[in-house]
Amino acid sequence: MNALTHLTLAQARRLLAAGEVSAVELTEAHLRAIERARHLNAFITETPERALAMARRSDQRRRQGSQGLLEGIPIAIKDLFCTEGIRTTAASRILDGFIPPYESTVTRKLWEAGAVCLGKTNLDEFAMGSANVTSAFGPVRNPWTPPEEPVARVPGGSSGGSAAAVAARLCLGATGTDTGGSIRQPASFCGIVGLKPTYGRCSRFGIVAFASSLDQAGPMARTVEDCAIMLQAMAGFDPLDSTSADLPVPDWAGDARGEVRGLRIGVPKEYRADGMPDEIDRLWQQGAAWLAAAGAEIREISLPHTRYALPTYYIVAPAEASSNLARYDGMRFGLRIEGENLVDTYERTRGEGFGREVRRRILIGTYVLSAGYYDAYYLKALKVRRKIREDFDRAFEHVDAILTPTAPSAAFRIGEKMDDPVAMYLNDVFTVPASLAGLPALSVPAGLSAEGLPLGLQVIGRPFDETTVLRVGRAIEEAADFRHVPHGLAGSEA
Amino acid sequence: MSWVIEGETGKWELVCGLEVHAQVISNSKLFSGASTRFGAPPNSQVSPIDAGMPGMLPVLNRFCVEQAVRTGLGLRAQINLFSVFERKNYFYPDLPNGYQISQYQHPIVGRGSLTIELADGTTKEIGITRLHLEMDAGKSLHDQLPDATLIDLNRSGVALMEIVSEPDIRSPEEAVAYMRKLRSILRYLGTCDGDMEKGNLRCDANVSVRRLGSRDFGTRCEVKNLNSMRFIARAIEYEARRQVDILESGGVVEQETRLFDSVRGVTRSMRTKEEAHDYRYFPDPDLLPLELEPAFVERIRASLPELPDEKKARFMAEYGLSAYDASVLVAERATADWFEEAARGRDAKQVANWVITELFGALNRTGRDIDACPIRPAQLGRLLDLLNDGTLSGRLAKDVFQIMFESGEDPETIVEKRGLRQVTDTASLEPVVERVIAENPAQVEKYRKNPKVIGWFVGQVMRATGGRANPQLVQELLERRLR
Repeated sequence: MNALTHLTLAQARRLLAAGEVSAVELTEAHLRAIERARHLNAFITETPERALAMARRSDQRRRQGSQGLLEGIPIAIKDLFCTEGIRTTAASRILDGFIPPYESTVTRKLWEAGAVCLGKTNLDEFAMGSANVTSAFGPVRNPWTPPEEPVARVPGGSSGGSAAAVAARLCLGATGTDTGGSIRQPASFCGIVGLKPTYGRCSRFGIVAFASSLDQAGPMARTVEDCAIMLQAMAGFDPLDSTSADLPVPDWAGDARGEVRGLRIGVPKEYRADGMPDEIDRLWQQGAAWLAAAGAEIREISLPHTRYALPTYYIVAPAEASSNLARYDGMRFGLRIEGENLVDTYERTRGEGFGREVRRRILIGTYVLSAGYYDAYYLKALKVRRKIREDFDRAFEHVDAILTPTAPSAAFRIGEKMDDPVAMYLNDVFTVPASLAGLPALSVPAGLSAEGLPLGLQVIGRPFDETTVLRVGRAIEEAADFRHVPHGLAGSEA
Repeated sequence: MSWVIEGETGKWELVCGLEVHAQVISNSKLFSGASTRFGAPPNSQVSPIDAGMPGMLPVLNRFCVEQAVRTGLGLRAQINLFSVFERKNYFYPDLPNGYQISQYQHPIVGRGSLTIELADGTTKEIGITRLHLEMDAGKSLHDQLPDATLIDLNRSGVALMEIVSEPDIRSPEEAVAYMRKLRSILRYLGTCDGDMEKGNLRCDANVSVRRLGSRDFGTRCEVKNLNSMRFIARAIEYEARRQVDILESGGVVEQETRLFDSVRGVTRSMRTKEEAHDYRYFPDPDLLPLELEPAFVERIRASLPELPDEKKARFMAEYGLSAYDASVLVAERATADWFEEAARGRDAKQVANWVITELFGALNRTGRDIDACPIRPAQLGRLLDLLNDGTLSGRLAKDVFQIMFESGEDPETIVEKRGLRQVTDTASLEPVVERVIAENPAQVEKYRKNPKVIGWFVGQVMRATGGRANPQLVQELLERRLR
């Protein structure tokens, strides 16, 4: 029975199609797994009744001969996607009691494709964080935490709950959102695959906004193929999002081959950051060697503005966030703490409703947009952002994809780096440049650290060329043959 | 025409520019599909986008863009093919997002101009600095409950055009003339209904003063909340005199935002420069820059109606109307159309006189506007035909007009039914003339000495015929008989 939760999404589709398993059975198995894994704190809201009802309807549809791309597949949703009738928290107190009367476009498309909603996963508050430690609902524990360690490892963030849930076999796939690395870094920390599509590929409508010019929804699953199938269902033009791209959606689900012969793969020299741990560097070289062995051509490239990416990101993202989060004012929904007067009500509501990291970023963002500082910070950041994009444009004249490590380390312990925001922000050093440039990027598990924790490699592609990114990711996946399973799960596979 | 403020120490000149907010005529809001209908129950026309709900995104309303471009073209302004929506950030309960989406550095419309007409017959160009699109906020209702403010978000997200003038205005009269002309153009274009009572057209005035003849600008104050033509004139005049008083007593005008108190007729400080908001404008990342195709602009240009200035020139050239009559007739497009229809194939000057004196008089007396006029243009035309062919005298025609206005009946019907046809046959008038002469020998004596007394006789005959006699014919008969 546990075997059902160890299937890949693609395998589950085949079993469902063959009638060897029903959506209800598959869903029940995952609901039991979720119950047993509550100590991970991966979910903020479990929706078992809804899941079973959706599974029953899915089985019914299948009997009637109609089936979507994700028919009967139980998945989890990052609690940043608004889901009609289901509490949506963004892991913040300030959304206390908020039940959206509307559905995000991405989740609507997933349900239309037949997917089953298991629940809403934990995340960093408003997706601001790299360790899932800023959630008002408590930190998520990484299922890879070695059993002898008293303090749990972080799952990464901000999509930490989704990553942990996928890794711990609590769902066949999950949605994430990525602003500066929030899909890729937790995927790396949890030994799963995570794809941030090109900015504009998936609609942002109904996703609680963090930084509008960077936010992008994407799939998290245990294989590259599974991500391709999920992305197929999630992507597409949406007239409700003015920044969504009016482009056809390629058939990723049907074309996730790992053929990389003749592809030119760039290895950016600037990513060899000072103090990069040897094991990360070795893994990176290993990845390049695998691709070369599969027939790709490895080229060193230069992305000269890489070192400015992190400071640029930490101006642009908070600036947008400071404005996006102004709507949480206690007037119409969510938390309201009554004060002496209007300003006092604002201050109490926002002071108590937002956590420390969110308040910090609102302050930074407000500062960089203020009169007298705008040109020096925000405007300059926009200019540097353009330079970073141009770096990639030039590189892609010579290469078809770029290979880098996903994160500078494996999962650290809960509590580490929490008193040093800059150390925490450094987690995103390899993921942020592609975010600023709006490029598709994928993290695929490639090996284990000396401590036995998963490490991922990142593949960055040209705008809207998820196809190549998936293909390169598949080649790495095949070469790495990553079969490791989080501690405590290996034995349950019987 | 110069308007000066006589101070203790000399003459002062007003320098004023207006910022007008004009609500765009459009069925749905600037960034959502919610209705813009006026007068709906509170919060009944609010989409999740207008309410600033989490995850909601704005989608620009194409028609509102067309309306802004149309207005820009009507103001002879530069249309910017590239413009940017920015966020203006501030907290207020009727601003659900915590920011207003507006245009700041790159407005959709740039420089233009507008010609105003003054009472002395002169005209003057007022420069337009820019026009940009922005969303309206909701409405705070402070007077519904004793201990709470209520918010109505029906207006939240409705499209506004902010139209900013150059500081070219030199008198309260010019300010009002500018507003009237702007309203006229907006109504011609169909881009704003100009209804100030509903708040669909409102204005803030930037007011400063300087010594007459000076080229420098004084410190300005922005006077907000001017929602009628009368208040605009009063507020600007009050504010200019207030500043002159300060300057003449050795004080300094503080740059600030002031509010016009229409009850007391004064302006009072709302917030000083130090208290001014830092709006932290930045390009809205939810909206891409707006890029217009030249063909889009040209299509709108080709569809522009004839505007008041062109129409006035044409009325003067084509119909020989005076500048004044032409101005009066073109102020409202409906009136101009009404006039042209009545004037078709007729003496246009005569039609203009009747429209301006009789028709406008009747409309004013009954508080109606031209759309609710009970007389159709062709009916007035046929009334004038009856006047011109002698069926009616001038006096009878005015009587028939009044009946037409009250009943909406055709002039021919009224003439027939009431027997108001002018009496023009000698046979029926001669006996009356005979009788009047016979009954007034003393007057006949007077006439012998003073032929002007004939007027008295004409009056008697007219009275005796109930005003229906043709006065010229009566005069002829009398002259012949008394000679």
